Amino acid sequence: MDTNILLLLLIVPFIGFLINIFFGKTIGKNLSGIIGTLTIVISFVISVILFLQIKETQEPVRLHLFDWITLEKFKIDFAFYFDQLSVLWLLFVTGIGSLIHLYSTSYMKEDENFHKFFAYLNLFVFFMLVLVTGSNLLIMFIGWEGVGLCSYLLIGFWYQNQEYNNAAKKAFIMNRVGDLGFLIGTFIIAYSFGTVDFMELRESLSGGIATSTLALLGCANLALFIAATGKSAQLPLYTWLPDAMAGPTPVSALIHAATMVTAGIFMITRLNFLFDLTPNVQHLIAVVGGLTALVAASIGLVQNDIKKVLAYSTVSQLGLMFMALGFGAYEIAVFHVITHAFFKACLFLGSGSVIHAIHGEQDMRHMGGLKNVMKITYVTFLISSLAISGIPPFSGFFSKDEILMVAFHENITLWVIGSLASIMTAFYMFRLLYLTFFNKFRGTEEQKHHLHESPAAMTMPLIILAVLAIVGGAISLPGSSWLNTYLAPVILNNAAAHPHHLGTTEYILMGVAVIGALIGIGIAYSKYIKKQELPLNDNQSNGIHKVLANSYYIDNIYNFLIIMPLNILGNFFKKVTEVIISGVVFGFAKFADELSYQGKKAQNGNIGLYLFAFVIGVCVIIYYLFIAR
Amino acid sequence: MENILQIIGIENYIYLAVLLFSIGVFGILYRRNAIVMFMSIEIMLNAANLLLVAFSNYHQDGSGQVFVFFTMAVAAAEVAIGLAILVAIFRNVGSIDIDKLKNLKG
Repeated sequence: MDTNILLLLLIVPFIGFLINIFFGKTIGKNLSGIIGTLTIVISFVISVILFLQIKETQEPVRLHLFDWITLEKFKIDFAFYFDQLSVLWLLFVTGIGSLIHLYSTSYMKEDENFHKFFAYLNLFVFFMLVLVTGSNLLIMFIGWEGVGLCSYLLIGFWYQNQEYNNAAKKAFIMNRVGDLGFLIGTFIIAYSFGTVDFMELRESLSGGIATSTLALLGCANLALFIAATGKSAQLPLYTWLPDAMAGPTPVSALIHAATMVTAGIFMITRLNFLFDLTPNVQHLIAVVGGLTALVAASIGLVQNDIKKVLAYSTVSQLGLMFMALGFGAYEIAVFHVITHAFFKACLFLGSGSVIHAIHGEQDMRHMGGLKNVMKITYVTFLISSLAISGIPPFSGFFSKDEILMVAFHENITLWVIGSLASIMTAFYMFRLLYLTFFNKFRGTEEQKHHLHESPAAMTMPLIILAVLAIVGGAISLPGSSWLNTYLAPVILNNAAAHPHHLGTTEYILMGVAVIGALIGIGIAYSKYIKKQELPLNDNQSNGIHKVLANSYYIDNIYNFLIIMPLNILGNFFKKVTEVIISGVVFGFAKFADELSYQGKKAQNGNIGLYLFAFVIGVCVIIYYLFIAR
Repeated sequence: MENILQIIGIENYIYLAVLLFSIGVFGILYRRNAIVMFMSIEIMLNAANLLLVAFSNYHQDGSGQVFVFFTMAVAAAEVAIGLAILVAIFRNVGSIDIDKLKNLKG
């Protein structure tokens, strides 16, 4: 394929960004929206063509632009690399990106900063493309930082609200912690392998690895994993993601559910040949993933904000993906990333549709009964909920089931944890569904009057995503997985080389998973449909419920352990600087001031005196120069 | 022609120059009339000129005399500007007594 077209694929969203940021106000909302959406669609079309080509030839394409950094024995190219993995990411980033752009043209219609919104979205897609196609760690880091920036800009999009700004800052700072890990990992790899290029790294490992390098590699992998926990919202850095729901709903769908948060999984999958060498780090990844899945799911049980539930559910699902990564089942993690992107984007856009209908209300206790008014939203939401709960034959069933199956074989404790998280997922998703769409409407009369189904630009993406959420599982059916074969060249230790058999155990596991999901749904049904319970206010709750409603007080703990000491230290140093350093500096200034004030008095304007001083001065100079010597 | 220095002796020129210069300095310090002070400055300049010429002759080196011409030219220019300033001051203040010129007081 012509390299110019590949370049076009990357650069088109950036052009969209430039047009929207500089001319967005003048060209008007309609054109701004069209340009924003069209650029992503163009990228998507090129991605599809590229995908078909790579699927056919199995040959990765390398786009070398120029040598970026050239040192003796060390070289970093400014190059992009299109292989099976990155093209897969390209497909769903641009594909879902297009749908969400289309959705946003309607969702953001009333917003005065419409063009800015599209500019940021386009910029985000551009950086995401850079992230997934970079041929070395440094290019990836450009994208990595870029998406973080766009995430910050979009979370704080409604900048008049101070709380939203705080959420944006929180996301950015927490990501920075992870980014430090990314940098350290990159440095260690550059130091121990002399290259940061993915292909060269892979080749350099083919001849085995020295024990001393292995120890360093362990540190590098740990650092990179920390980076992944920051970007992909895992313990202990996950708390920014629920707060990130301050952004407009399409942003939550695109960045904080479908694409950006999967960057960590992408990075680890990209470096699978490195992570395979350090089983300890892999084990840690699996444990952290499992714990995150459980913790986030349990918090999700009691949230009342529709978007918060979805946010915690995202964290929990990402945890499951990390669990799969930890077991070395990279293609399964990728599979879940893809299916999750479909149904979670659909869920978020669905919640956006609901929020749109009730004029910005996000509290589920003020919803209800929307089933009859918003038929399309309801049906798509139901499909996605079934998919995320793991009910066959929806896509989520296949991907989640594979993760649990691997967990069962590798580590039975993590299997229990993962299964518990899945049951909780089924419960809170249907709690969300029942509270939102069933029973009677609990909002105000005015809101009730306003209720309406969203326009076609919003329902179209919902329908497409719902269809994908149904059939998405087909790309990796148990037994004969297309995805595993497709990804085999990218993943060194791939599953295609040693396929697992579908035995009785596997079928029993599937059965257990489905029954678990049904139990979760059943509990939700009995609570919220039969008894018509309403969730309590957070401050009325007690016991375990209170702990969950406050997210295990993790934010408070972070406040106490990190923010408060920092504040105290900052205040202390502020006082020190004010008293000592400022005192010294001001002292000098005062001294000079006083001296000049006194010296000023000598200049009394008497020329005779000046002359007298002058003559005395000359005499003194002459005395010392000629006589005193 | 007999060298005039051999008749009088270089040290006498130095005494005269010192005397002239001292007269100039004391004139500057004691007189309050700006024009007289100007004249004192000229006396000092001429004391220097005298020394230059005397030593030029003593060392048989012409460059000393060249300096004197320069000094004269500069002195002429200085007088021209200085007198112009004094005239301007007199027109504005009505006096050239330096005790009354205290506007530059800090």
